[in-house]
Amino acid sequence: MADVKVAEKSGITFGKKERKLLTDPLSDNNPITVQVLGICSALAVTTGMKNAAVMAVAVVFVAVLSNFFTSLLRNSIPKQVRMIVQLVIIATLVTIVELTLKAVDFESYKQLSVFIGLIITNCIIMGRLEAFALANKPYESILDGIGNGVGYGIILLIVAFFREFFGKGEIFGFKIIGPTNEFLLDTTTSTWMGWYASNNLMVLFPSAMFVIGILIWVHRAWKPHLVDIS
Amino acid sequence: MHSTRSVITFVLIMTLLVALALAGMYSGLKPIHKKNEALYSKKATLSAISAHLPTQPSAMAEDEVISLFNNKIEQKVLNMKGQEVDASVVESAGYPGGKAENIDMAKEVKKPLDEQLLPLYVYNKDNGEKLYILYVRGKGLWDEIWGCVALEGDLNTIAGVAFDHKAETPGLGAEIKDNKSWYSQFTGKKIYDGDTFKSVYVRKGGAKDDVYEVDGISGATITADGVTEMLERGLEYYEPYLKSVKS
Repeated sequence: MADVKVAEKSGITFGKKERKLLTDPLSDNNPITVQVLGICSALAVTTGMKNAAVMAVAVVFVAVLSNFFTSLLRNSIPKQVRMIVQLVIIATLVTIVELTLKAVDFESYKQLSVFIGLIITNCIIMGRLEAFALANKPYESILDGIGNGVGYGIILLIVAFFREFFGKGEIFGFKIIGPTNEFLLDTTTSTWMGWYASNNLMVLFPSAMFVIGILIWVHRAWKPHLVDIS
Repeated sequence: MHSTRSVITFVLIMTLLVALALAGMYSGLKPIHKKNEALYSKKATLSAISAHLPTQPSAMAEDEVISLFNNKIEQKVLNMKGQEVDASVVESAGYPGGKAENIDMAKEVKKPLDEQLLPLYVYNKDNGEKLYILYVRGKGLWDEIWGCVALEGDLNTIAGVAFDHKAETPGLGAEIKDNKSWYSQFTGKKIYDGDTFKSVYVRKGGAKDDVYEVDGISGATITADGVTEMLERGLEYYEPYLKSVKS
């Protein structure tokens, strides 16, 4: 895990280091494909792209704000109870997300049900607090939160794309392929690639494991320096 | 190192602030939450008769749903003897509002059998025909399942169903809600053979009877058996009422 201590600088600037904080988690230090964290929720909420998108937004929100608050309080949090304090911060933010989602988009709330609450136990968020926010200033912590949240969200959306497309023949709930006449754009057509029968395995959890595994493989084939030599 | 005293003070102050903020937010958003919940369950009720509606319930705006409920749907509450009960009885059972839509089925099924209340919706079609929407509730594999069953005016033919569940597995048990081609099998099935109540049976391996059976779901035998049990028991609760309407 990247335990970086960014050099203390005065003021808010956006230089090379700050850019690295944002872009590193997108690929070279991606929480899912490189650090292999947060797999549990990546399995559970990637049956459809809409769920994955809502989850990604929720995680970015929680990651950014929990990083910010922890960093703000980093000098006053008693070391003996720092994990508990971090947990309280995360749990509060997650509850805020849950209450807001229930008021704004009740159907997504119903579908995601327990998985919003399970952001509390998402290892990525607690990991960033421990590894980064406790040792860095609020501004850098916010950037780190955005980077890691988005890095997680991208993988979630990629996995959800493959699962929804091959599992249901849909993207964001809109029919793309399959034998039906419920297409969004062209309702006169009764079949688009009508020979393709949706593969129900893709909707089940094991397929997320396959897709993530293949992603990790592709990622490391593309960037060989990520391969563990040990 | 911080002293024990300062640790306790820190934690207490933090907990207090967080609790106040969350409690404020919760009570502030509660009216919206309640409104959303009511709309969601109304849409679920309507989706049992979606074949008879101009637009799909999921695409309806809120005022559209409410005007349908106000103008076209009669709400009744029955007791287990099949008699209609007054709003006051419903209110004294703990549901302010006293209408069928106020009844919480999750609470009702935990009561002793003869004290339970049954909600019933009657949809008046433009051509004068009526559709009856009944509520059933049972157990799936992991947790509760429930649904609305709409009957045609003959109180025998099923006009449509809508099932929902608390925690069935996506792709397997959850198909009872998500798989349209599965649950639309119920449309057109019958629950009576002459005067004998038969219900509809979800048959593992494929329906053997055109009128009283539907195909099961591979990989979801227990959920499907739960649906069979729920329909048989739940619809039978309504039998006294159905008989009294028929005669």
